[in-house]
Amino acid sequence: MKDIADLLRHHPFAEGLDEDTMALIAGCAKNVVLQPGDYVFREGAAADSFYLVRHGAVALETFVPGRGAFTFLTVKSGEILGADWLIPPYRSSFDGRAIELTRAIAFDGKCLRGKCEADPRVGYEMMKRFIPPLLKRLQGARMQALGMYDAANA
Amino acid sequence: MAEADDAAAIITVEGLQDLLRAIRARGYRAIGPTVQNQAILYDDIESVDDLPRGWTDEQNGGRYRLASRDDDALFGYSVGPQSWKKFLHAPKLRLWTAERDGENASVTPEPPSSDRLAFIGVRACEIRAMEIQDRVLINDVYVDPHYEAARARALIVAVNCGKAGGTCFCVSMHAGPRVEQGFDIALTELLDGTEHSFLVETGSDEGRALLAQIPHRLASSREIEERESVVQRTASSMGREMRSDDLNELLTSNLDHPRWDEVATRCLTCTNCTLVCPTCFCTSVEDASDLSGARAERWRRWDSCFTMDFSYIHGGSVRSSAKSRYRQWMTHKLATWIDQFGSSGCVGCGRCITWCPVGIDITEEVRAIRGCDASAEESR
Amino acid sequence: MRQTLKACAPSPYPMAPSMTRVTRFIRESAEVFTFDLAPERAAPFTPGQFNMLYAFGVGEIPISISGAADAPERLTHTIRAVGPVSAALGKLQAGDRVGLRGPFGVGWPVEEAKGFDVLLIGGGIGLAPLRPVIYWLLRHRAAYGRIGVLYGARTPEDLIFGGELEEWRRTPDFQLRVAVERAGPSWTGDVGYVTPLLSKLRYDPADAIAMICGPEVMIRATALALEDAGVADSRIFVSMERNMKCAIGHCGHCQFGPMFICKDGPVHRYDRVRDLLAYREL
Repeated sequence: MKDIADLLRHHPFAEGLDEDTMALIAGCAKNVVLQPGDYVFREGAAADSFYLVRHGAVALETFVPGRGAFTFLTVKSGEILGADWLIPPYRSSFDGRAIELTRAIAFDGKCLRGKCEADPRVGYEMMKRFIPPLLKRLQGARMQALGMYDAANA
Repeated sequence: MAEADDAAAIITVEGLQDLLRAIRARGYRAIGPTVQNQAILYDDIESVDDLPRGWTDEQNGGRYRLASRDDDALFGYSVGPQSWKKFLHAPKLRLWTAERDGENASVTPEPPSSDRLAFIGVRACEIRAMEIQDRVLINDVYVDPHYEAARARALIVAVNCGKAGGTCFCVSMHAGPRVEQGFDIALTELLDGTEHSFLVETGSDEGRALLAQIPHRLASSREIEERESVVQRTASSMGREMRSDDLNELLTSNLDHPRWDEVATRCLTCTNCTLVCPTCFCTSVEDASDLSGARAERWRRWDSCFTMDFSYIHGGSVRSSAKSRYRQWMTHKLATWIDQFGSSGCVGCGRCITWCPVGIDITEEVRAIRGCDASAEESR
Repeated sequence: MRQTLKACAPSPYPMAPSMTRVTRFIRESAEVFTFDLAPERAAPFTPGQFNMLYAFGVGEIPISISGAADAPERLTHTIRAVGPVSAALGKLQAGDRVGLRGPFGVGWPVEEAKGFDVLLIGGGIGLAPLRPVIYWLLRHRAAYGRIGVLYGARTPEDLIFGGELEEWRRTPDFQLRVAVERAGPSWTGDVGYVTPLLSKLRYDPADAIAMICGPEVMIRATALALEDAGVADSRIFVSMERNMKCAIGHCGHCQFGPMFICKDGPVHRYDRVRDLLAYREL
């Protein structure tokens, strides 16, 4: 039975983290398993967790009445999940739903924020690992919004 | 129509025949129960011979059979697939016709029918259902002129149920079995060996006038007691029961209950329940014109929240899954109806249980959501 | 408990339209058009109310009134053609007749908003039901605090009320921000989603009333953004839409939880519907 720090060590997010920091943030974490169809978070509800997806896939979606759920991003193995826990009012903007059996490391948001506040060096290490994937998603979202595949733009 | 008089009377079967004759002589079309298509259906009647003498019904989830009684009771059945809404809130109705000539156009509304209908054999749950529909179609912001006219003109000859149906739960919904108000005449059929008579109560001036026209005598205290025991016997033999004091809170706080997914695996969204329910009032409109485009009509017809189109908007249906449509029907009937109209939409007649092809039982669904599923097994 | 009110001077046949003359037809964009009706009897309406409009022989749809409420002798409607009825209405010319029933529904809280800062957020065709509020606020300017209007559209070509947008932009003591989601080089205005524009408006969130109109997804996101900015959910109003056949609370189609959108709405106070909005397929 692996312990949390072990699981964390093998996730790309932790690459380059020293052992002490890894142990520190592992103190906020636990292992979770999601069945296909399970919601990780719901739009409007409290966003109190941050996840590192180890295996599986989670769809970020919003529900459009009369049209169904629109998925605009899938988060896969090795990626980070959840950004609303970073900024007040810590509330989820979208629905997150596991589309496969998914195993993830779940961090308590308040705990992790607390550790970053207490030690800015830890905070900076976290920031270096959040910003790149979130920036890439923003760049992708911009390209998605342009709708370049529409017939009018072919 | 007021509450029952104190002075109850007794008439014989011949007296009932006289009553029908007197009603028709006043220009009413008498509509009553008849045996047709192996069911008890409401249709025009002329005499007591048209009534289902000696017939009863056996009802359960997804099951309805007529069976012979061992007596000649005229009202010895519970309720059939139809309700009086067939006559008060027509299944198909032309609302208006329109003409267009160049730049001019005009609309001519269809006036209400001038038919005067007398409903014979109305049950307490059916009177309650009419009162419930009154609140939707007459006593709210807008008045439906067709329903209002039909309702105002209808003569109600009610009957206290002599037998509870296999799916009945009017007692749970406080909608019966005793007929308490909303009638012109209320009958209780008294069968004792070879004696066959009806205890008669009047509830309006017209009811009193009709009784005065037919041979009758005052009821004895023994006969009045007999009426009580008929009502008590019916009340204590209900086929189903449903705790109904907390349904608004229970259902509106359980909109994500897994039971909705479960019932959706059985529900065919066939709309039978909404067709047979005496309080379901949903309709749709159909606009059409002739080939020249100079004449158009709008018709109104019954609709059901179970259809895919019912909630269509912006290229899709808001409720496209069977789960969402079943949830809508049940939460509306039992919960949000109370917010909208001040009472439950359900009278406990059991028709939705009987006529569901897969026997979905609203009382069982409520129990499952409340979490006491064990009793569902016992009531089968 | 809803109050039961009888409609004032109701028609004995509330399902029968009166065939009314079209007096003006203009095209706003490729998909959107506006026309005026001249009713025989000008029935007063409040901003946010809607009429049922009947295209002869085709069908009837609910359309919000998009004109000034203080001039009910001219009923203006702005429509996006999405189905057979709206397409038929899109072929109208001045002099044609359209079936009219209404006005129906609960409108925007223009009275309640007196003394407050007012925020209006319209997404796409959602600006049309808000335009009567803009007219009202400008007409009774002194009764209101700061006014901020946000309008989001897909592209510059989809913007409606173009001439008026210019006029409002130049109106003193009136804030207007327009954002499109995607644009070509000739567009020098904002490009992006509409909710971030809230931070560009000057208003007191503790003393503001907000009205949102647009697609339901946009309503949900905008209401949350307003709450994040400090506006209470009892001060946020949203306009809902559902299938409608009768508009008089008799056909059952427009139900949303316990509400009938035609008579309890279409405008609802957000705190009363936020829980309902969270359920899928309600």
